[in-house]
Amino acid sequence: MKPAQFNYVRAKSVDQVLDLLERPTSYTKILAGGQSLNPTLNMRLSAPDVLIDINDLDELKGIALQGEMLHIGALTRHVELEQSDLVARHTPLLAKAIEHVAHAAIRNRGTIGGNVSLADPASELPACCVALDARFTIKNKQGTRTTRARDYFKDLYETDLQENDLLTSISFPVAKQNSVCGFREFVRRRGDFASTGLAVNAELEDGVFTSFSPVFFAVANTPVLAAGIAQLLVNKKLTDELIEQATASVDDEVEIAGDSYMSVEMKRHLAKHYLGAIIEELYG
Amino acid sequence: MDKEPYFSVSITVNGVLVEAEAPARESLADFLRHRVGLTGTHVGCEQGICGACTVRFDGRIARSCLTLAAQAHGHSIETIEGVTDSGEIASLQQAFLKHNAAQCGFCTPGMLISAAEFLNTHEATDRKSIRAFLSGNYCRCTGYHAIVDAIEEIARKKTDA
Repeated sequence: MKPAQFNYVRAKSVDQVLDLLERPTSYTKILAGGQSLNPTLNMRLSAPDVLIDINDLDELKGIALQGEMLHIGALTRHVELEQSDLVARHTPLLAKAIEHVAHAAIRNRGTIGGNVSLADPASELPACCVALDARFTIKNKQGTRTTRARDYFKDLYETDLQENDLLTSISFPVAKQNSVCGFREFVRRRGDFASTGLAVNAELEDGVFTSFSPVFFAVANTPVLAAGIAQLLVNKKLTDELIEQATASVDDEVEIAGDSYMSVEMKRHLAKHYLGAIIEELYG
Repeated sequence: MDKEPYFSVSITVNGVLVEAEAPARESLADFLRHRVGLTGTHVGCEQGICGACTVRFDGRIARSCLTLAAQAHGHSIETIEGVTDSGEIASLQQAFLKHNAAQCGFCTPGMLISAAEFLNTHEATDRKSIRAFLSGNYCRCTGYHAIVDAIEEIARKKTDA
């Protein structure tokens, strides 16, 4: 359980990182918190030639409110999200989810950018990014681009990030007066990766959902935004019948795959249960 | 790669500056055990699951198996030896002894460092909160009940004081 040999570079600037990423001959990985990368190195699932440690790059850290967006630097650690008043006030879904992300010792080191760069399908944060319609700022030597979370997660551990890209920050539209959110997940041990989970961001006016974004995770290769369920619920008077219809529609709207910990049937059962529970919680 | 790449590190370990050449791929856990000779930091799963290797990195708990020694360059690390010698966790250690909270003892250093962080950062004294915080530390003797007993006793004493 020891990594294969690699060169280690302690980066001094973002420009230096972007330069290093342009070298096509070597397999380079960026080391942020290392809480997911280091296990894969130890198990030799990954064997890069060069690790670029970005932990000294202060420009990638911090949480700032700018107009209607909350900007979170890619190198911001989970513990900082957990303790941030800005996050609690402006992205309450993120605040709800963060305490479910791993354990204290891991939250002290792990970063939001590292988390969504790896894009583990059972991780909480990618689902929250999709539910909240976050924007990812990505840099490379050629320039800067912004990608919506809803276009960013491509497949299992596959994202919009190319080999020469560095994710620098994630921006969230701030919660409105009528915003509500819910979060549920099933884990074998508190802090483990989820076996099934649901993150919902919605807007509620006079007892009617005016928007509803349900994102299921740990059920497929990427977070699943169930647009069909949203359509069923939005701008309709909520009745027991409608809730039943919405939960039943999980069968058609969410393609679920089982894994070694949980069968498709159990995941589907939990997905429906969480959807019903969150609708009632938000409505009540 | 023919030649093992090395990285020069200077790390403050338990208040003492340690300067060494370490392979770039060496974990902080292995660095502490093999280069510094502090074997209280235990290596269990090497994938961040078990918590036996928990140390303090700049004052907050971290997995030393998921941290490279090179990453600790310029930072301050505290191990079970450091917090034992300083007397900081003496009452917690006494409580572990009293409640028989160490069976084989393999998880104990990590348990103690994690428990100390819980006590330093939480007001809560209830067992549910203690268990939730300790979810990142495995005891393969499954002696959790006694461990929670010990931490609960110190948490209550702290609140009463």
